[in-house]
Amino acid sequence: MNRLQSIMEFQNWQTTMAAASDPNRPFITVCGGTGCRVYGSEKVWEAFRTELVRQGANATLDYDVKVTGCHGFCERGPLVVIRPQGIFYSHVKAGDVPEIVSETILGNKIVERLLYVDPLSGAKIEHEQDVPFYKHQKRLILDQNGNLDPAQIDEYIVCGGYASLTKVLTSWAPEQVISAVKASGLRGRGGAGFSTGVKWELCCENVKKAGMGYIICNSDEGDPGAYMDRSVMEGNPHSVIEGMIIGAYAMGIHQGFVYIRAEYPLAVKNLRIAIRQAEAAGLLGKDILGSGFDFSLNVRLGAGAFVCGEETALMASIEGRIGEPHPRPPYPAEAGLWGKPTNINNVKTWAAVPIIINKGADWYAQIGTEKSKGTLIFSVVGKINNTGLVEVPMGVSLRQLIFDIGGGIPKGKAFKAAQIGGPSGGCLPAEHLDVPMDYESLSSLGAIVGSGGLVVADEDTCMVDFARYFMNFTQEESCGKCVPCRIGTKAMLATLERICAGDGKPSDIDYLLELAQMVKNSSLCGLGQTAPNPVLTTIRYFREEYEAHIFDKTCPAKVCKGLITYSIISENCNGCMVCLRECTSNAITGAKREVHSINSELCSKCGVCKEVCKFDAVAVN
Amino acid sequence: MEVSVSEINDIINREAVGDGSLIAALEEIQERYRYLPPEALILASERLGIPLSQAYSVATFYNAFSLKPKGKHCLHVCMGTACHVRGSPQVLNRLESKLGIKAGETTRDHLFTLETVNCLGACALGPIVVTDEEYSGQMTIQKTDRLLKTILRAEAGL
Repeated sequence: MNRLQSIMEFQNWQTTMAAASDPNRPFITVCGGTGCRVYGSEKVWEAFRTELVRQGANATLDYDVKVTGCHGFCERGPLVVIRPQGIFYSHVKAGDVPEIVSETILGNKIVERLLYVDPLSGAKIEHEQDVPFYKHQKRLILDQNGNLDPAQIDEYIVCGGYASLTKVLTSWAPEQVISAVKASGLRGRGGAGFSTGVKWELCCENVKKAGMGYIICNSDEGDPGAYMDRSVMEGNPHSVIEGMIIGAYAMGIHQGFVYIRAEYPLAVKNLRIAIRQAEAAGLLGKDILGSGFDFSLNVRLGAGAFVCGEETALMASIEGRIGEPHPRPPYPAEAGLWGKPTNINNVKTWAAVPIIINKGADWYAQIGTEKSKGTLIFSVVGKINNTGLVEVPMGVSLRQLIFDIGGGIPKGKAFKAAQIGGPSGGCLPAEHLDVPMDYESLSSLGAIVGSGGLVVADEDTCMVDFARYFMNFTQEESCGKCVPCRIGTKAMLATLERICAGDGKPSDIDYLLELAQMVKNSSLCGLGQTAPNPVLTTIRYFREEYEAHIFDKTCPAKVCKGLITYSIISENCNGCMVCLRECTSNAITGAKREVHSINSELCSKCGVCKEVCKFDAVAVN
Repeated sequence: MEVSVSEINDIINREAVGDGSLIAALEEIQERYRYLPPEALILASERLGIPLSQAYSVATFYNAFSLKPKGKHCLHVCMGTACHVRGSPQVLNRLESKLGIKAGETTRDHLFTLETVNCLGACALGPIVVTDEEYSGQMTIQKTDRLLKTILRAEAGL
């Protein structure tokens, strides 16, 4: 396409495209997010394309098959939604497609067996908007994820994309943009929750003095269990790009970087396509839409270092060095990338900016709580029925998230804890299920909003092992620059490993608490300062589990290998030999139709016998 | 795979734009050879005017880089939190005991490299194992065994 030379040209283009697109035109959306692709959604959309032709649906109806970004309800993938009605089919296989085309597309009938069944009422639900998982959400940033083909800039523009940018370029002074972002109450969605408007203002002042600066989009989403940044980037990359251009305009900056994890190949691909399209259209580059404002955007791939999510380490990495953080001050707003004033925001923060400009700061500030405005995206994962991405207004309770939207715990097990905010966050127990999800409430309980990762643990999860898991993660990811983090996390991990192995000492809990305070108070960057949180919160809320490991030498959840033994329940064993054959340690003896037995000396506690036994004859004690 | 100096030079020349291009250049070389041959570090440091020690420190700091050649098949076990609570340690243990190597190692016949990853963000399907970029979800010990068997059968030409 030709580069658009003026805002007028953009608006004409937008009007022409909007007029040409019929809002009632039927189309099929197939989720093309990473999760659904793993389930095989690629085969599903290919099947739709061939089947529509084969059954002649397009001769009469002119159907479109659209591969979109992540719809969010990953548990039920591959997801198919037939729009505009919003008919929702889940767990769709390529083999189901001929029936969907003949019944629903051509025959206007519902394929009942593909509908979502509400586990509580048993009712079959036809429409996406009525599915409880979606019904209780408020989707702003993820709003268009299920509608747009992320590889088509036209689609983003038809549904109002880049209108906020043109609004700003036409009639807003940079200061006005900053005031609006400030008034909206938007806080950094990377987790720390600093006021975005204030951050922009500080950076802007420094840019004026230095004569230049940079903006960065932090898309180095390293928290295990969090994947919302990836989904936004995969499903709606233009919303992030638009937010960045607006921010750059507000702060008077002409160059930006997106630092994104290489582990997210689809997000990287869609982002690169989107940047190329925006450049071709004249929305990036020199003299954007004839406004005289220049802004170019580059992509940098992370190379697999969790610490690079920390802003100073991230900048070191963009500069081509190892990702070691440096002490702040100076803050990036004063001396950031290559020593120049730099503003770093998370993917979701940037994506929220066009919404604020479009709908108004007052409108945005109405959503959420007094101090935490807008919406938050959580990835609700772990021992939960409805794994997926959830966008809710700030202030909804943890209970609503886990039970109303998340559908509760699988197999009727009991909820034990929710780990919020990844390895930097904390574990909250059932007694705090009614905590409102906002920055202040969570931090008062020892957790953080953080990345928005929310991992649910049930009665089978050992909280000591859970803490050990996180400590193992942070210990491995510690960059090693400062001693408290490098050695402190190692010492904490060694203690936790000892407790899990059954060698815990009575003094270990106090020792862990002492180490935790030291690491928290004296580490150089956020990684170390928050690393002890999972240990601190599990001791605070699940101290009895630590004590059981240390004093009773038992693991109540029957997880820790050093504290459990496997044995055969002789009444249930019919001597089928399956476990015996699967055991790699040769720890099981017995003969056909004779009760087997497990030699605990040889048993490696891998659990394969329990997994393969069809007669429930393996006990763990 | 033969290491070609001219090919490495081409990659470095293509990536050597602007400051901070060392990581991008190494990423491309890693992508091409699945490890960083010694030549890569030497050529990159000469071409980009960076001390070899710095190139080495970058290559050993980031998890994405490997200084050792990888096996023919790469098995990645996701150790993300959701996968962890759903049983990824058992899956990893099984692979370790079946292959006789630890995570991060390559079998002596160079057929398998076993690695862990922090999170692939496909948490609904955990535990996940990625075999040569092919995802397998909701893994159990038995499914792990079948996965290995499939690869070995293909290798044996069955």
